[in-house]
Amino acid sequence: MHSKNHPQSIYQETIAGASHWSMVIPAGQVLSITDPQGGANVSMLFYNPKNLLERYNAPDTLKCQHTFKLTEGHCLYSDMGRIFCSIIRDDTNWIDTVGGLTNKQKVEKKWGTRNYQTDRNAWLQNGHDSLLVEVAKYGLGKRDLAANLNLFSKVKSDDLGALSFAPDHSKAGDRIELRFEMETLVVLTTCPHPMNDAALYPNLAVKLQINTATTITADDQCLNSSAENGRGFENNRRYLCQHHQHQIEGAQL
Amino acid sequence: MIVASPLKVEQASRRDTVLAGDYYMQVLKAGQTLRILDIEGNQAADTLFYNANDPSERYSAIDTIREQGNVYLTTGTKLLSNDGNQMLEITADTCGRHDTLGGACSTESNTVRYAIEKKCMHACRDSWLLAVAENPQFGLNKRDITHNINFFMNVPVSAEGGLSFADGISGAGKYVELSATIDVIVLLSNCPQLNNPCNAYNPTPVEMIVWDKT
Repeated sequence: MHSKNHPQSIYQETIAGASHWSMVIPAGQVLSITDPQGGANVSMLFYNPKNLLERYNAPDTLKCQHTFKLTEGHCLYSDMGRIFCSIIRDDTNWIDTVGGLTNKQKVEKKWGTRNYQTDRNAWLQNGHDSLLVEVAKYGLGKRDLAANLNLFSKVKSDDLGALSFAPDHSKAGDRIELRFEMETLVVLTTCPHPMNDAALYPNLAVKLQINTATTITADDQCLNSSAENGRGFENNRRYLCQHHQHQIEGAQL
Repeated sequence: MIVASPLKVEQASRRDTVLAGDYYMQVLKAGQTLRILDIEGNQAADTLFYNANDPSERYSAIDTIREQGNVYLTTGTKLLSNDGNQMLEITADTCGRHDTLGGACSTESNTVRYAIEKKCMHACRDSWLLAVAENPQFGLNKRDITHNINFFMNVPVSAEGGLSFADGISGAGKYVELSATIDVIVLLSNCPQLNNPCNAYNPTPVEMIVWDKT
């Protein structure tokens, strides 16, 4: 499958399993995340680095787009009615945002005790502690951990509301591309999904790459996927026009 | 699951009527029971809970639905915190199910959902921000405004991954009752939304009724 963003990569890194990472990504950049082996999980949160009180809001994201699953064509909203980023590619066709994170007790129950002394890089780190450490680098804490995204993971509900985790959802080489529509602090962990019942702790690396996005055109998939997203982009335009950046080519909003 | 309560209103220790557009912020002690009564029907009661002794521990929508394995809340649902501890349990429910995925309205989300021009209309998150500002004794601020329960709201999820705001299944006189496992701060916004057909564009009062431990 071809990449929808500019081919020239300005950043590449492999993030090991059971670890955390963060970066402030400017508007107009695309973050690509690849699952090289299949079965990875990336738990992610977003904050506005200029006002950390503005953060990813899963309920707003779901209700604004009348969806439970997130995938290509959807936008990921802040609690201030703005779009942090658009999902411009999702090979997995389903990104979870209701499953949450593992914690120490849950990992211990499933896979055993976390013991860095013995296990070193193969330690059984959990998503909650991993994100907590990463957000602390920006002065944030437990009170700031909202409902997160779980990229490469699928949690579905049946018609009675019963939740189930889809094993083997992400295939080797699956890729997700997020195009940032405003400057965003991205915080992530590669710890396993809390509903993953694999016999062995899934310690799976992912590859990150950052490229410059092509200019958004008036027929952009995410801009046009709903009237709501058109208004979300208009909120971004009103916010960003103070900084003289981010214009949609020929768009009449 | 529809379960009626044996509790009698005349034996309640405290009763408060909360008008649409107002908030309720009170401590519910361990062992006390709170009934939220939908007086006129199809109202949305947007509610958050905090551990009264350490408000950094609070109701967690995602932990609650994951651990019970179901997106809807009803009788028997244990409301879990972000630390995975039980805070309250739903002990009676004459409505049938309640939403915890749809979140609360804000002036900003209203611009996306309805129209940019709706920005100035009153919203739940404004009520909560006023509540935390007017009750500094709890030490809360915008960081603590997290994902809530929408009592009486019907937000069905489909197997294909859809989510919709359906006609209410609540009605006049329906209620939900919660028993507190620990001392909790109850922060409720009685939703002022005028743009959502869920309440027939007519927000109405709710009553908060508290019984002491028997």
